[in-house]
Amino acid sequence: MLTRRSTAAQSSERELTVVQALREAVREEMRRDEQVFVLGEDIRIGGSFLFTLGLLDEFGPERVLNTPISEAGFVGLAIGAAIQGMRPIIDFQYGDFIFTAFDQIIQQCSKLRYMSGGQVRIPLVFQLPTGASGRGAQHANSVETVFYSIPGLKIVTPATPYDAKGLFKSAVRDNNPVLFCVHKHLYGSKGRQLARSSISRGHVPDEEYLTPLGKGDIKKRGSDITAVANGIMLHRTLNVAEALEHEGLSVEVVDPRSLVPFDTELVIDSVMRTSRLVVVEEGSERGGWGAQLAAEIAGQAIGYLDVPIRRVASPNVPIPFSPALESAVIPDETVIRSAILELMEY
Amino acid sequence: MQTLSIRLPDIPDVAPLGAYDEDLLAEIYRRMVLIRQFELKVNELFLGGIMPGTIHLSLGQEASVVGACLALEADDVITLTHRGHGQALAKGVRADALMAELFGKGTGCCRGKGGSLHVGDMSVGALPAIAIVGASSPIAAGMAFAFKRGKTGQVALNFFGEGTANKGDWHEALNLAAIWKLPVVFLCENNLYGVSTHITEVMAIDYVAERASAYGMPGGTIYGNDPIVVYEAVRTAAERARAGEGPALIECLTYRRGGHKRDDPGTYRPQEEVEAWFKTDPLPAFRERLLQDARFSVSEIEALDTAVATTIDAAVRFALASESPAVASALEHVYAD
Repeated sequence: MLTRRSTAAQSSERELTVVQALREAVREEMRRDEQVFVLGEDIRIGGSFLFTLGLLDEFGPERVLNTPISEAGFVGLAIGAAIQGMRPIIDFQYGDFIFTAFDQIIQQCSKLRYMSGGQVRIPLVFQLPTGASGRGAQHANSVETVFYSIPGLKIVTPATPYDAKGLFKSAVRDNNPVLFCVHKHLYGSKGRQLARSSISRGHVPDEEYLTPLGKGDIKKRGSDITAVANGIMLHRTLNVAEALEHEGLSVEVVDPRSLVPFDTELVIDSVMRTSRLVVVEEGSERGGWGAQLAAEIAGQAIGYLDVPIRRVASPNVPIPFSPALESAVIPDETVIRSAILELMEY
Repeated sequence: MQTLSIRLPDIPDVAPLGAYDEDLLAEIYRRMVLIRQFELKVNELFLGGIMPGTIHLSLGQEASVVGACLALEADDVITLTHRGHGQALAKGVRADALMAELFGKGTGCCRGKGGSLHVGDMSVGALPAIAIVGASSPIAAGMAFAFKRGKTGQVALNFFGEGTANKGDWHEALNLAAIWKLPVVFLCENNLYGVSTHITEVMAIDYVAERASAYGMPGGTIYGNDPIVVYEAVRTAAERARAGEGPALIECLTYRRGGHKRDDPGTYRPQEEVEAWFKTDPLPAFRERLLQDARFSVSEIEALDTAVATTIDAAVRFALASESPAVASALEHVYAD
């Protein structure tokens, strides 16, 4: 599917999974800048999703720190190190564990620069596996949604290997805290093995490149309706869009890539051409980023809309374990397709 | 009340001052007076309805913060608490910029965006204060981590109160600092009360410093109203940290002269305890010791007092004359470029 690939110069057809692309990004940044280091639980053996696999061998225990189960402690430690000029990357086994460090992130990390009148800066990347993946409610949070309203944080949700690598390198070089939220099903790892085939595979060029934070990307051009989707929802939406293409409906699929800052302009430009908007996210409907986007489009571009804005999100419930229930709660291709068709028939 | 028997002050014999440099002794005294006069002036401005916000005065705890900060090098860093005015002045934050910050002025040390609860100045190694109990301990450990990694020889000192020793962040920070041998000094100002709650209600052991051994670091409880005692303890801990031997926990026993904050008269404290501790006021005690030293005369001490009074007056004039921050600055400093 060429539409999922970057339009950047392609020197080869090399394909990587998201986690392979991320590992390449972190290695490149650690080689480039001595101040970059990684810390987290069980990263000696690669962490939960193999993000840190092999890092210890190349960079040693001084720059690849296996931590105690002590999230508030090591998040605070990373903040202090960042204040003194280092660039920590915290690898969370599951993004869900970040809540035990809530104060450090919401009260300290996001505010110390502001409260000090700009005296400090905190370049710090949180590598956060997010979303539901058959593990029950306490390992299924869409963590990006929880932090979305907090000023001072940036939030990135890549969906492809190309974007994951370029955005991760930009996140490491950014002078602010960045929550880098990758859907658990997108890493391309299964347990402690790399998945052989996966929706997370895609082209990643050999040459170095950066993808700027705050720039969205049109993953599929279309003219009838705009669908904005991120993370794993982007892949589901693309599948729906491709199927509908055969049925004569042209869906434009926009990947915001970053939630904070958000490329609202790209969505407005798209809506000006299509006059219809559906927003798809995995997290609970209440207070999701889609609500903010809907409000902004209504406020800035309602004159271009022919029909109401439609949101697709999970209902406001914890994520259940039973595979039958989890798949009923998380938006699937059927729900996305229905939302698009409803707006077309409105 | 049996709980109080272990909480009356136990004043050790004072060490002779002869071994200490005259300039150091004068500076200890000057900074203690500066904090005392600053806090009294702030209290007056608050009660007069002139100063906005809220305040947590450090009156009575001057010896602990001054002894600790003067034992550090200029490029060492401290983290401050909600009771941070004294800690800031002890580390060298300018009185005028501090006063302006309390008034929320654009000339304040944090451009008016921090206020009393968040004072600090990175240029003198005072990380703007963290007002959430326990949260600063891992951050201090993190700064120490950067010092160790960069082989800078610097030390981080984490100020906290005894109530902090029941917070998870604090325990996690001690553990991380110990396992990675970070150059950090954990300095407890134990004033016996977390707001109104007495330490004996919330800890089943007598002293915070007992917890050091659980993390494999040295710890000790000292009399916190003698700046020389604190100075020596922090010097030893900082030298040890600089030598790569890791963190230490120092517990300074001291006492608030007022309530938790400005609208708290502190009436929950037993009279016997209050009277006993008030007799240990560190400022007149140290002044008396200086006067017994042949190198100091009454006129020299009074000259120091007068100079501080001039500094405080100038600070208040500076703060009152300063402009409020430009309204547009409310939207600045959210993100770094």
